[in-house]
Amino acid sequence: MTDITASQAAAMPPSTSSLLAPDARVRRRNAAEARFRSYGLAAIVLALMALVWLLFSIFGAGLPAFRQTVIQFPVTLEAGKLDKDGGRDPAALAKVTTVTYAKVLSASLKAAIADKGIQAEGLTDKQITGMFSQEAPAMLRRAVLADPGLIGQTITFDAYAAGRIDGYYKGRVTLESASRDSNVTPEQLHLADALKEAGMLSTPFNPGFLAMPDASDKRPEAAGLGIAVLGSAYMMVVVLVLSLPIGVAASIYLEEFAPKNRLTDLIEVNIANLAAVPSIVYGILGLAIFINMAGLPQSAPIVGGLVLTLMTLPRIIIPTRAALKAVPPSIRDAALGVGASKMQSVLHHVLPLAAPGILTGMIIGLAQALGETAPLLLIGMVAFVRDFPAAPPAGLFDPASALPVQIYNWTQRGDPGFVERASGAIIVLLAFLLVMNAVAIILRRRFERRW
Amino acid sequence: MKDVLTENAVTSHTTKISARKVQVFYGTNHAIKDVDVEILDKTVTAFIGPSGCGKSTFLRCLNRMNDTIPSCRVEGSITLDGENIYDKRVDPVQLRAKVGMVFQKPNPFPKSIYDNVAYGPKIHGLTRNKAELDGIVEKSLRRAALWNEVKDRLQTPGTGLSGGQQQRLCIARAVATNPEVLLMDEPCSALDPIATAQVEELIDELRANFSVVIVTHSMQQAARVSQRTAFFHLGHLVEYGETGQIFTNPRDPRTESYITGRIG
Ligand SMILES: Nc1ncnc2c1ncn2[C@@H]1O[C@H](COP(=O)(O)OP(=O)(O)OP(=O)(O)O)[C@@H](O)[C@H]1O
Ligand SMILES: [Mg+2]
Repeated sequence: MTDITASQAAAMPPSTSSLLAPDARVRRRNAAEARFRSYGLAAIVLALMALVWLLFSIFGAGLPAFRQTVIQFPVTLEAGKLDKDGGRDPAALAKVTTVTYAKVLSASLKAAIADKGIQAEGLTDKQITGMFSQEAPAMLRRAVLADPGLIGQTITFDAYAAGRIDGYYKGRVTLESASRDSNVTPEQLHLADALKEAGMLSTPFNPGFLAMPDASDKRPEAAGLGIAVLGSAYMMVVVLVLSLPIGVAASIYLEEFAPKNRLTDLIEVNIANLAAVPSIVYGILGLAIFINMAGLPQSAPIVGGLVLTLMTLPRIIIPTRAALKAVPPSIRDAALGVGASKMQSVLHHVLPLAAPGILTGMIIGLAQALGETAPLLLIGMVAFVRDFPAAPPAGLFDPASALPVQIYNWTQRGDPGFVERASGAIIVLLAFLLVMNAVAIILRRRFERRW
Repeated sequence: MKDVLTENAVTSHTTKISARKVQVFYGTNHAIKDVDVEILDKTVTAFIGPSGCGKSTFLRCLNRMNDTIPSCRVEGSITLDGENIYDKRVDPVQLRAKVGMVFQKPNPFPKSIYDNVAYGPKIHGLTRNKAELDGIVEKSLRRAALWNEVKDRLQTPGTGLSGGQQQRLCIARAVATNPEVLLMDEPCSALDPIATAQVEELIDELRANFSVVIVTHSMQQAARVSQRTAFFHLGHLVEYGETGQIFTNPRDPRTESYITGRIG
């Protein structure tokens, strides 16, 4: 030993350089480190800029969807037009169509315009009727059918303005574009301005965007997310209820109990592969199994939920197993060493320690499922649905829509009003994801506090 | 050292654990070869030997902790009070309640100090009420010479203790279930001399009721606490006998070279 160190010392003379002046090697190393740090910083700055730009454009385009221009005026519900027999018989009332209500509305609007002394010359009846959305008579009709006592009274009614008028106050439509547009005339826009001056027209927050069902191509102003939100919520419930217990149980079994042999290796490889299978494949699987074989209804949240569960399960099992694997084996030994059974050691010690990781995996899986579009298209969730599904569990079998599909659907439509709606729906989707992440963080905190 | 040894002279005891022709394989690695040992009741038995010779492996056979290692295979027979612990009818959970274990590395549960000690009694239903459980926790912590340091912070996490304190917590956890045999794998490797002395005192105390098996790398410790010593080398049990005889008059040349510091 001693002579080896002695000969090494002879071969390598002690360094004489000063600590205060870095030598060339150290300078090169420091330069490399500085370069590496600047790459990292640049990557992060780029990513942040992209994120800011994305949020900026989505919020810029989508926030107006949460507001809606309405024209407020007194509407006289003449009994002579709406209920000719005067019996207030619901069956007879239901026979009166929106065409009649549109006439009632436009007569009242004309009266209101005259009342306020607003100049409306040069505007035809059709143009006056075109001031409000085609949805407005339908809304009035629903209100009357819900409360026939209104007939004969004069009520103050908030009529949705037509899509182009709405767009005028959101910067989508200008006087110049209106002159080339067959759907709106500059005169109508002048009238809208006059109505605004008179305090009859405003653009308040529009709860209908979140609550109302989808509307046809001609009336973007009436299209809402109600059914899509409900459908997505139903599906998430199905996914959570099925995939949490199944995923966690499967992970625990594979990680803690399963013998290590060919079969479990095969299962493991397959789970990893399934997690990478494109989601549209699950849509085809769902179509074949749940709709064609099991005969479940198309467009139903239960089918969507089942398909998304299939898709989510491997994506949950992988992080759950990783979380279980990350629990130090010494904890299992400790539990077994004091005479706990395998089950007790898992339930009392391993699972609580793995819970934060499991929850994070769960939430990420759910968030992916929430944003998934492709498999839902294949099982018919893209259908145009106007009727709200019933309360669960029966409602799980009613046709519904889903948020991402609704977004996709709206971007396909011609009217520029739907672009705004689609961006607004993206904001709602992002809000859902934020809430889910917040829940995950809160749950993590709670579990972690218990060590 | 002489008088320590005479003080520890063994009085005749019944056999608690008896191992016959035990072989242990990790896959193809033959880790324990043909080991025969009789571990006596109310006696401290020390396992000594160079690192990697199979002391921990053999110790883990005695409460079937090796069952948790998939590649591990045990052959031969080991009996506890005359009953074969590798019999198909034996539930390892029940066995481990009788044969407690303290591991080489301290491994407290990430729970409070109280819950660490109370866990064993709770799952075995040893207590009827909270007061009894409190009593067991206090007694166990006192036995592990830890009570005075932690009595004011029983609800703080056990993982927040120092390494030596954690090891004593693990000892308290192991004695709380009142096992008949206590297996200790280098319980003092993380302890300072004072805590070591306390643990050795505890071991000596436990001898009145339990049979204790301790793995140690310290010859002095083996000599101080044990009545019988087994020397392992490369998976073989080279020599097993009274501690005094092993240390003063080893029969096998390998034992002699180990205790005089030539193999290791
Ligand atoms: N889990 C395992 N898997 C495979 N081989 C193992 C395992 N544990 C131990 N071995 C092997 O068994 C042999 C004995 O190991 P063991 O841990 O019993 O040694 P030891 O005497 O306790 O050593 P030390 O004093 O360092 O703790 C070693 O060759 C080791 O490589
Ligand atoms: Mg060891």
